[in-house]
Amino acid sequence: MSIADIKGEAGLPEHPLIANKITYLAKQFGGFKSFFCGGCGYGSIAQLIGNVFYEDKIDIYKYPFINGVGCYTMIPLLLPGKILMNLHGRGVAVATGIQMANPDLKPIVIAGDGDLLSIGTNHFIHAARRNLDCVCILLHNLTYGMTGGQTAPTAYLGQISSTATQGIIDEPIDAVELAKTAGATYIARCTTAQPIQFMKYFRKALQHKGFSLIDMVSQCITYFGRHNKLNTPVEVFNWIKANTVTIKQAEKMSKEELKNKFVTGEFVEVEKPTFMAKYLELIEKIQKGNNHATHRN
Amino acid sequence: MKPGKTVLIGNFAMVEGALAAGCRFFAGYPITPQNDVPEKMSVRLPQLGGRFIQMEDEIASISAVIGASFAGLKAMTSTSGPGFSLMQESLSWAACVEVPIVICDVQRTGPGSGVVSLPHQSDIIQAQYGGNGEYKVIAYAPSSCQELFDFTFDAFNDAEKWHVPVFIFSDAWLGNVRERVVIPSLEEINKKIIPRKPMPEDIGKWIPFSKKIGEKIVIPEAFPTLGYDSFPDWLPSVSHNPTGIASEESLVSFKMIEAICDKITKNEDKICRTKSYYLEDADIAIVTYGFPSRPALAAVRKAREEGIKVGLLRLLTVWPFPTKEMHELSEKVKKIIDVEMNWGQMLVWMQANLAEGTQIYLIPEISKLHDPKDILGKIKEVAA
Repeated sequence: MSIADIKGEAGLPEHPLIANKITYLAKQFGGFKSFFCGGCGYGSIAQLIGNVFYEDKIDIYKYPFINGVGCYTMIPLLLPGKILMNLHGRGVAVATGIQMANPDLKPIVIAGDGDLLSIGTNHFIHAARRNLDCVCILLHNLTYGMTGGQTAPTAYLGQISSTATQGIIDEPIDAVELAKTAGATYIARCTTAQPIQFMKYFRKALQHKGFSLIDMVSQCITYFGRHNKLNTPVEVFNWIKANTVTIKQAEKMSKEELKNKFVTGEFVEVEKPTFMAKYLELIEKIQKGNNHATHRN
Repeated sequence: MKPGKTVLIGNFAMVEGALAAGCRFFAGYPITPQNDVPEKMSVRLPQLGGRFIQMEDEIASISAVIGASFAGLKAMTSTSGPGFSLMQESLSWAACVEVPIVICDVQRTGPGSGVVSLPHQSDIIQAQYGGNGEYKVIAYAPSSCQELFDFTFDAFNDAEKWHVPVFIFSDAWLGNVRERVVIPSLEEINKKIIPRKPMPEDIGKWIPFSKKIGEKIVIPEAFPTLGYDSFPDWLPSVSHNPTGIASEESLVSFKMIEAICDKITKNEDKICRTKSYYLEDADIAIVTYGFPSRPALAAVRKAREEGIKVGLLRLLTVWPFPTKEMHELSEKVKKIIDVEMNWGQMLVWMQANLAEGTQIYLIPEISKLHDPKDILGKIKEVAA
């Protein structure tokens, strides 16, 4: 289905929180309509983001969304504010340019597991290392949903995918551990079963100065569920819930027990000067030091 | 830079041209032979309150440059050889969303890693046809340090005017030539400069992308800037209509490609720049661009001394290709010599625009400038 199909369609149900209140696109298309598969977690994530924006009356111009390519590409229809869509995996690099050019803006990068941990890993690591002032929301659904359920870098050992019908043989990437090593200053993980926690973490990330990563584990029914004998949304949802442990619980568990578990909670929260804060200081220092600059424009 | 005469190497002249044109963001990645550009930028940009960043690779560099342009700064990057290939994906996106950016390619010998310190006009075709999909770009081919300064300045103006990625083709040797450059005064610069247009207040009527109205392609005055109300609610990287609404309809893609291609090709007269030498009474014409223009001109002057009626047409802009001028030239002279520092990348374009009966000859050269003697030899051979 294309967006054109719903253009001008009247009588669609209003989104309880977003439509006709914040999203212009919802207005433009005559109402709220989700593009996601039945039972997908992305719609609820968009609603939670909308909730925070609506409840806290957040300035939509200050927090542009940078979204890449994946299942969630259609998320702009549900999100409040201004959305710049970029190429697959380049979100964090684009956000670097935006944040540097206008430090008043704090980009919110929305990326999938393929986006952030496969094709764009490089940009992710380096933005975390620089402590770029941006929020990075990782939509972690263990699969490439848009292209048909291929192996994602987060997929666990033995998981079935379209390109590994006998089970995946390579180890997954842990985004939280990667971000920790790279030097991100706020890292949290939650699942779609913990909406209140997500809103709390998201609010914190918006206020935090520096690189924040929220790893949001979400359910994919159409591909992940079907390939892995979890046939209904409830089954996938319950599977995620059953495999979720808190940081406190994880401390008492062995490495073997923690395999394929989603450890949730806040992992890192430290204060460090951001890249742009340091760069603006540098500019001030250099400009005080000499007056050779003649071209003002 | 202080106005007046100075001596600069090519890469520095390009930096100064960019800064004079208002470039305030640079993202790059080290690759020989363009390293002087980011090094100089890292010193000069903070002095002017601009931003410099060394990114993790060329893909990130071009992405950051596009991001910075969306956030309201005039931005550029520079690269060479393999780095230029890495950028193609994002360049295609930049053309799709009509973002004004400038890319400098200090070309080196290829393919593969090639030779890092030797020149080669290797990426001429790639700049226009390297990315996926179809789009048109503008590309300059300077041949001296003064032109590197001037054309880089003009490239920024063109990017702002036509909302398109603009390329500057330097090369490994031209980037390191040390020559006199005349820096214009601030008044002259201010007279010529095209600043980034402020966003319109009335968003209701504003259309962010180029649109065909009647026979004309109308390019929006301002460019969508993040942080403003008039930025489209969703600026997609997929096919979109002029208001920025994404669509999978074939007609929408047709109209988008028509707009981004025709805004350049239909305005060839306004964009294309060429320079003629001794062409008034010429029987033979040399067509060339970039650094090889200099040995070619030397050969033409030698040939004139010997009484051979030969002239020279320099393409100051390689893209869009000056089809009309090429055709007019081929009607006037019956023999054309194509002088390029590659295996004849523009030969097909020249052949496609020849008048009937005109013969064309190619003098290719790789990794070094043509010897004027070789060109003179060819002129004599063709004249005989």
